[in-house]
Amino acid sequence: MRTVRFFLTSPAGIIGLVLLVLVLAMAASAGTLYPNDPLSLAGRPLQAPFVNPRFVLGTDSSGRDVAAQMFHGARTSLLIGISATLVAIVVGVLVGSISGYYGGWVDVTLMRITEAFQTVPNFILLLVLVVIFGARMDLLAFMIGLVSWTAVARLTRAEFLTLRQREFVQACRVLGMGDLRIIFREILPNALPPVIVYASIVMAFSILLESALAFLGLSDPNVASWGKLIADGRRVLRTAWYVATMPGLAVLIAVLSVSLIGQGINDALNPRLRRD
Amino acid sequence: MRLLRLTLHRLAVSVPVLLIILCGVFLVLQLAPGDAVDALLGQMGTADATLAEQLREQYGLSGNAASRLVVYLWRLVRLDLGFSVSYNQPVLDVILSRLPATLALVVSALALAFFAGAIVGVAAATKFGRWQDTLISLLGLVFYAAPSFWLGLMGILVFSVWLGWLPSGGLQDLSANYSGPRLVLDMARHLLMPTVTLATIYFAIYLRVIRASMLEVLSLDFVRTARAKGLRESAVIYRHVLRNALLPMITIIGLQAGAMLGGSVAIESVFSLPGLGRLAYEAVVQRDLNMLLGIVFMSSILVIVINFAVDLLYAQIDPRIEAGA
Repeated sequence: MRTVRFFLTSPAGIIGLVLLVLVLAMAASAGTLYPNDPLSLAGRPLQAPFVNPRFVLGTDSSGRDVAAQMFHGARTSLLIGISATLVAIVVGVLVGSISGYYGGWVDVTLMRITEAFQTVPNFILLLVLVVIFGARMDLLAFMIGLVSWTAVARLTRAEFLTLRQREFVQACRVLGMGDLRIIFREILPNALPPVIVYASIVMAFSILLESALAFLGLSDPNVASWGKLIADGRRVLRTAWYVATMPGLAVLIAVLSVSLIGQGINDALNPRLRRD
Repeated sequence: MRLLRLTLHRLAVSVPVLLIILCGVFLVLQLAPGDAVDALLGQMGTADATLAEQLREQYGLSGNAASRLVVYLWRLVRLDLGFSVSYNQPVLDVILSRLPATLALVVSALALAFFAGAIVGVAAATKFGRWQDTLISLLGLVFYAAPSFWLGLMGILVFSVWLGWLPSGGLQDLSANYSGPRLVLDMARHLLMPTVTLATIYFAIYLRVIRASMLEVLSLDFVRTARAKGLRESAVIYRHVLRNALLPMITIIGLQAGAMLGGSVAIESVFSLPGLGRLAYEAVVQRDLNMLLGIVFMSSILVIVINFAVDLLYAQIDPRIEAGA
C-alpha cells in the first residue's frame, strides 16, 4: 500500500500510467470499435487521415483501415509484451534462484548457459527460432521471452547470493525446511523487487522486438501489428508518409509508458528517494 | 604477465560458452527437417537413395547423434560452415564479404553512442535536478522508446525525401564510380543515417548509466577532498569524477555489442546496406538454415572478441582489476 502511494507521488510513474491506460483502452476497445478483420480490405487505398469519417486515420497502400490496425495492433503489442515478459521472468527467476542458492557446479553450469544466451545476439537467435518453429502468435510470445531472460537470471542470482547468507535463511535451515520451500517461499519474495523493476525493461524490449520482427514481415501474418503497418507505410513513404508515422508513434508511446512505470516503481521502492 | 592471465581467464570462460552455443546450434539442426545432404540433392535435382547414403557417409552425417556432433564441431574448428544453397557459395565466403559493412556500422554506432552518451550524461549530472537535467532525461526516455527502424524511416523521410541532403540507402553511390578518399567520404555519407539511428537506443542507455554513476561518484569523499584542495570545478568533474564514472560504461559496451549486431538486422534492411544483418534477414526469407547458423557462429565469435577487448581496456583503465577477481 505504501509502495502504491509512493508510486503515485512519482511524476514519471503517473505519466506512464496514463499512457499505458490509453494503450490498454485502445486494445480493449478494438473488438467493439472495429469488429471486422483489421487486415481485410475496407476501401480505396491511401486515403489521408481526418478526411473520410469512415476511416478516421485513413487507409494503407492496399486499402485496409489504418485505425483498425492501430487498435488491433495495440492488442498484439500488449499481449506479446506481457506474455513474453512473464516467460522471461519465470525462466530467469528459476535459473537465477537455483544458480544463486546452490552455487558450486550447478551455478557454473547455469551461468555458462546464461552467458551462451547472452553471447548470441538476441534478435538473431529470435530469427533462428522463427525459422525452426514458425511465427504463430502464442509461439512468438514464448520465443521472445526465451531470448530475453538472461538479465533477469543474473539479477535474481545476485540477490540470492547475498540473501542466502542472511540469518533468516539459516534459521529456516535449522528449522528443517526443504530447499524448495526456502527458495520460493522465503528468499524469493525478498529478491523480487529489483526483478519487478527490471520486468518493465523486458516488456519494453519485447514490444520493440515484436515490432521489428513484424516490420521485417517475419511475424504472424494473420495478426495486425504496428510493425507490419510501418512496413506497409515504408513502401509509400514518399507519397503517404503518415501511414508509417502513426504506428511508429504508437510503439514509442507504448514503450515509453512501460519504461516510465518502471521508473515510477523504482522510485517508489528506493528508500533513498522516500520522503517520510 | 597480467595480460597473459587475463587472456587465459577469458579463454577459460569463452570456450565452454562457445561450446554450449555450438551444441545448441547442432540441436537446432537436428530439430529442423532435412539435412545438408537433402539440400544438396535438392540442388542437384535427384533423390537417389544410394547416392544420399554415400554423401552422408562422406560428410559424416550417418551414425548416431554424438558422432555427428563431433564431426560437426571439428568442421567448425576448421571454419567450415558448410555450403549455402541459395547463394551457391560456401557460407564463410558470403559472411566474410558482408562483414565489413556491419563492422563499420556497429563500431561507429557504438563509438557515437558512447561519446555522445558520455558528454550529454555528464551535462545532465552537473545540472542535477535543474531543468536541463529533466530535459535530457526526458530526451533519453524518448530515444530509448523509439523503434530504431522507424527512426530510420523518419530520417529518410526528412533528410532524403524532403531535404535531399543524404542518400536513402546503399553503401556507396554506384553510378558515381568514386575512388580513394572520395569513396571513403561517400561511404561515410551513406553510413551517417544508419549509424545515428542504430546508436539512438544505446545513446539513451549510456546517458542514463553515466548520469547515475556520475551522481554516485560525486557523493564520495575524495570529491569533497578535491574540492577542498581548491581545484577548479571542471578539473574535479573531468579528472576525478568522470574517470571513475566511466568504468560501468565500459563494462556495458561488451554486453551491448551483441545487441547491436541484432539491431543491425532491421537497420540494414531499412537502409539496404549489404551487411551481416541483412544477410540474416535474407537467410530467414530463403529458409537458408546453414547460412543463418553460420551467422550465429560468426556473431558469437565477434561478441566474444569484443568482450575480450573490453576486458583489456578495463584492465588498462582500472589497475585494481585482476583476472578472475
